[in-house]
Amino acid sequence: MTSQVKPNYTRALDLKNGRVDMSHGSGGRAMAQLITELFAAAFNNEYLAQGNDGALLPAGNGRIVVATDSHVVSPLFFAGGDIGCLSVHGTINDVAVMGAKPMYLAASFILEEGFPLADLKRIVESMAKASRDACVPIVTGDTKVVERGKGDGVFITTTGVGVVSDGINLSGDLAEPGDKILLSGTIGDHGMAILSQREGLTFSAPIVSDTAALHGLIETMLSTGARLRVMRDPTRGGLATTLNEIAKQSGVGMMLHESAIKVNQPVEAACEFLGLDPLYVANEGKLIAICAQEDSQRLLEVMRGHSLGREASIIGEVLEDAHGFVQMTTKMGGRRVVDWLAGEQLPRIC
Amino acid sequence: MKYVDEFRDGELAKNIACNIEREADVNKSYRLMEFCGGHTHAISRYGLVDLLPANVRMIHGPGCPVCVLPIGRVDQAIKLAREYGVILCTYADTMRVPASDNLSLMRAKANGADIRMIYSTQDALKVARENPSREVVFLAIGFETTTPPTAVAVKQAATEGIKNFSILCDHVLTPAAMHAILAVEGGVSLDGFVGPAHVSTVIGSKPYEPFADDYGKPVVIAGFEPLDVMQAILMLVRQVNDGRAEVENEFTRAVSREGNLKAQALVDEVFELRDRFEWRGLGSVPQSALKLRPEFAALDAELKFKIDYVAVADNKACECAAILRGQKRPQECKIFGTVCTPENPVGSCMVSSEGACAAHYSYGRFRENA
Repeated sequence: MTSQVKPNYTRALDLKNGRVDMSHGSGGRAMAQLITELFAAAFNNEYLAQGNDGALLPAGNGRIVVATDSHVVSPLFFAGGDIGCLSVHGTINDVAVMGAKPMYLAASFILEEGFPLADLKRIVESMAKASRDACVPIVTGDTKVVERGKGDGVFITTTGVGVVSDGINLSGDLAEPGDKILLSGTIGDHGMAILSQREGLTFSAPIVSDTAALHGLIETMLSTGARLRVMRDPTRGGLATTLNEIAKQSGVGMMLHESAIKVNQPVEAACEFLGLDPLYVANEGKLIAICAQEDSQRLLEVMRGHSLGREASIIGEVLEDAHGFVQMTTKMGGRRVVDWLAGEQLPRIC
Repeated sequence: MKYVDEFRDGELAKNIACNIEREADVNKSYRLMEFCGGHTHAISRYGLVDLLPANVRMIHGPGCPVCVLPIGRVDQAIKLAREYGVILCTYADTMRVPASDNLSLMRAKANGADIRMIYSTQDALKVARENPSREVVFLAIGFETTTPPTAVAVKQAATEGIKNFSILCDHVLTPAAMHAILAVEGGVSLDGFVGPAHVSTVIGSKPYEPFADDYGKPVVIAGFEPLDVMQAILMLVRQVNDGRAEVENEFTRAVSREGNLKAQALVDEVFELRDRFEWRGLGSVPQSALKLRPEFAALDAELKFKIDYVAVADNKACECAAILRGQKRPQECKIFGTVCTPENPVGSCMVSSEGACAAHYSYGRFRENA
């Protein structure tokens, strides 16, 4: 009698109603199935298809940049994006602001037992799309499952690898007195999109996260040959915190001009309502560039020509200041210190 | 932003600044106290000090509700969460107030206590409804502005019979604190007050009249926007110049002489005066705080859990008491910016961005080195 058993048959993953269970992280058949049917299918590329413990990659021409970023945002889905695309954009941006061309991504997932597979599918597909749009493939990854109550749905860590061409030297310690500070657009959009969606805080005006991969804009900026010193994406802690970091690293002060810093109206209104200062609210698709004063106008025009820099502006100057204060002239005509963020009152945002 | 930008117009601010400059007598000094943290914040955030002549000096008052909360009161809340296992609900800025044993609500939370940040008293009630098997305590703090919402929650809980809900009442009163500042032996060198904004929407301008009549101090009630503050300063300069001491109202768009009678009635129905209450910085002040009326005793966490208030002395080096009275500036305190910083506040004034020391630390430090 011939057997009814079909060789190599497994029932397809129930991506509609199924949930993550402990077996999906056990290293057995269920895990292999999750990887094949979900992750590998979505991220599909030649390096991932090698199917080994690590991806074997051709070496690029230049110095290598590596950046890693863990994402624990809550809620997982928000206006303008989700944890999936955020985890791709965030790491691409960290690599790109070093002046590098982002080449590859690695992604590591910590899943909570009971997490709906349909949500996981949505997240993975969003990551795949973000990585395809950015032309930066996800070449290797890992999956772990933790017991219910030990995680918060899904945590994603991504690591990016990029290559910096010769002649490009960007670093937080290179800002010099006299340099101009440029900002690529409005501030506070991501943080307020997350906050406004959280329990009990709904605003009628839609606030959309600015999550975006900035390497295209950065490539355009680098191609101008402008003497760029520092580039950074002001994520957690916002513009104020990032500028304080740079001021400390470079041993300089800064003078910002409040009237040059743009805030979308719904964001401004939400901040006003909650008593937050948009200078300290997170962004996920904006960059700060510090460049030589003589090149600043040219760089600004190039930034404004790119879709992600349309609202770019010169927001201030680097000063000589042994105390490393970041100051600001206010719209009222006074001056204040724009200090480091003290404490953390906000929920998880990235 | 409509209804906001109008009050943050840089050009108008310059006009008022010019008037202040012109009218302030160079032979006089004007020491003006803004009572409220909201004003302190506006002055710092918009850099208004730069718009004032050197002889017009702003002194930051004690009107920051979390700043004046004494150690012993925070200890009570932590005790409830840690030893009685209650879910303690509180407004976010209370989380960092220093307590005994190097704790704060935030640190107690990190150590496992169930402490939750909420945005309104309604959220606290919701937590109570959703956790019927747990005791839920709302740490009710603040001046007259936050008292009516607490009163609403108390009445709701009583009506709905929410048995697992109670409040730890630390609501305090503005006029009593102003009395405490002025009733110092030998007097204080203050020439006038920028009067509270939101508090006055509830209590009206009438309760400030004794400060003008009995103490001879001008009071100008002002909104929290930068132009409100500038206008109020100009009005105070004019009163001082004229030798007048009156209660004037710059914030007419929200404040009347009588205030919000409905809110006052509600508060009166639910709360009564405490004989004394200890304030951080000001010490024990008679009739300066509220407690629940006996009818609502079942909702009073102090009675329900039988936790008495134990006073804990402030750090000896801390100059908050003198700073809150306008006798010292933050930078004159030995531990300012060294032992005491916004990350590790020792004294009350460093706790919230509305506090005098924190505001100076975060927004004004550069002036010392200029």
